[in-house]
Amino acid sequence: MIEISSIYKKFDNQVVLNDISALFDNGKTNLIIGKSGAGKTVLLKCIVGLLNPDNGKVIYDGRDIISFNKKERMLLRREIGMLFQNAALFDSMSVLENVMFPLDMFSTMTYKERVKRAQFCLDRVNLLEAQDKSPDELSGGMQKRAAIARAIALEPRYLFCDEPNSGLDPQTSLRIDELIHDITKEYNITTVVNTHDMNSVMGIGDHILFLADGKLSWEGNKNEILHTDNETLNSFLFSSDLVRKVKEMGMRK
Amino acid sequence: MILVDSIKTFGEYILLMKRVFSIPEKWRVFFRQMLQEMYQLGVNSIPIVLLISFFIGAVICIQLKLNIESPWMPKMVVGYSTREILILEFSSSIMCLILAGKVGSNITSEIGTMRVTQQIDALEIMGVNSASFLILPKVSALMAMIPMLVIFSIAAGTAGAFAIGKFTGIMTPEDLMVGLQYEFQQWYIWCSVIKSVAFAFIITSVSSFYGYRVSGGSLEVGKASTNAVVSCSALILFADMILTQLLMQ
Repeated sequence: MIEISSIYKKFDNQVVLNDISALFDNGKTNLIIGKSGAGKTVLLKCIVGLLNPDNGKVIYDGRDIISFNKKERMLLRREIGMLFQNAALFDSMSVLENVMFPLDMFSTMTYKERVKRAQFCLDRVNLLEAQDKSPDELSGGMQKRAAIARAIALEPRYLFCDEPNSGLDPQTSLRIDELIHDITKEYNITTVVNTHDMNSVMGIGDHILFLADGKLSWEGNKNEILHTDNETLNSFLFSSDLVRKVKEMGMRK
Repeated sequence: MILVDSIKTFGEYILLMKRVFSIPEKWRVFFRQMLQEMYQLGVNSIPIVLLISFFIGAVICIQLKLNIESPWMPKMVVGYSTREILILEFSSSIMCLILAGKVGSNITSEIGTMRVTQQIDALEIMGVNSASFLILPKVSALMAMIPMLVIFSIAAGTAGAFAIGKFTGIMTPEDLMVGLQYEFQQWYIWCSVIKSVAFAFIITSVSSFYGYRVSGGSLEVGKASTNAVVSCSALILFADMILTQLLMQ
């Protein structure tokens, strides 16, 4: 479980995050949504500790990451898996080596055990056949799956995904969403996904935060979001034709 | 303003070096990376070092023959001067300036690309000290390989001088050999090696620094590579002046 309270962050004179508090539960896919420039990525970076908020707390199961020194932060990060927007696979390594990398660095497993674990993770994301390929030989969706395999290699307690669907076709996006959701349930981990993809919101949004102009404008789940009377959220939602039709169908019923 | 910026940049460089020189997380991974870097930065530089040194050795020999030899000058002076130029300056300082272009820009663009594609963020998120993980193997590898490159350069330069003497007939190999052996000082070889090790540190650490602090996209990576090569070259020349004064006194 991750708790953030009163997060405040500004760059120069521009306030990017203003007094944001929320609770992210285990076994749930927590989504942070909002328009581009709403502060989603900055919030995610503050949560994982890549940026320090100017004020507020980020508490991982009772441990406040803001008060941690560098070494403590490094140790905590070994419990974190992260999927970056562009996958961020190491291009000097093969897919298998990428997945083995966290195991090489932090596990006490033998070489055979590390290979076996990495292959298991690749199999989990249906990418075992591509284990010897280099990242640039993979499609965008395959790269994301490989990055998910790398993120779960050390069995993390927390999984963060920054725009996991960006640049992917709807079908591949759906597969990535399902994979993230299934892994969250299967390992009972705390997952936080930063997205503006409405299909993800409707598909895997167990808990949704809507950011607008750096503030937490709405909080709920995928069932509640269709019945909200929050105007800013409605204007954001109805920019997606799909969601508008779903809402209309729901009202007819 | 420029002074303040320079001091700030130097401070950032020192802070980065503090992170770089920390104990590696896993020695096995460190040595594996260091071996890869020794091959990438050192072994892959051998052809260009041999090529340039061979021709420069030949050109030095021709220039000396044409410009300083006279009936009053002993014949061995050309060989003697060629040797001293190669050992004292060319194979350490000038070769490192050339390597700053080849190796330095390679390191900056590699690390800079990793920065802009979030690979460095990925390392940090995993709890890896990215500065030490990426930079320390490069620094150690080039510092370990540079003495070999210096020796190869001296050998290739000497071979170039011999070749020009033999194939053009401007001087006999015997005269050249006498000059090459005349009052040979082993300490000069050590000076060359010591200087080149210091230059290797400058090339790898400064180039890595420029790559590590890139923000933006491919344009910034290109600019950082250029700045790294310029800074490395200036620092090598400055360090050369100080080290020469210290070592040759």
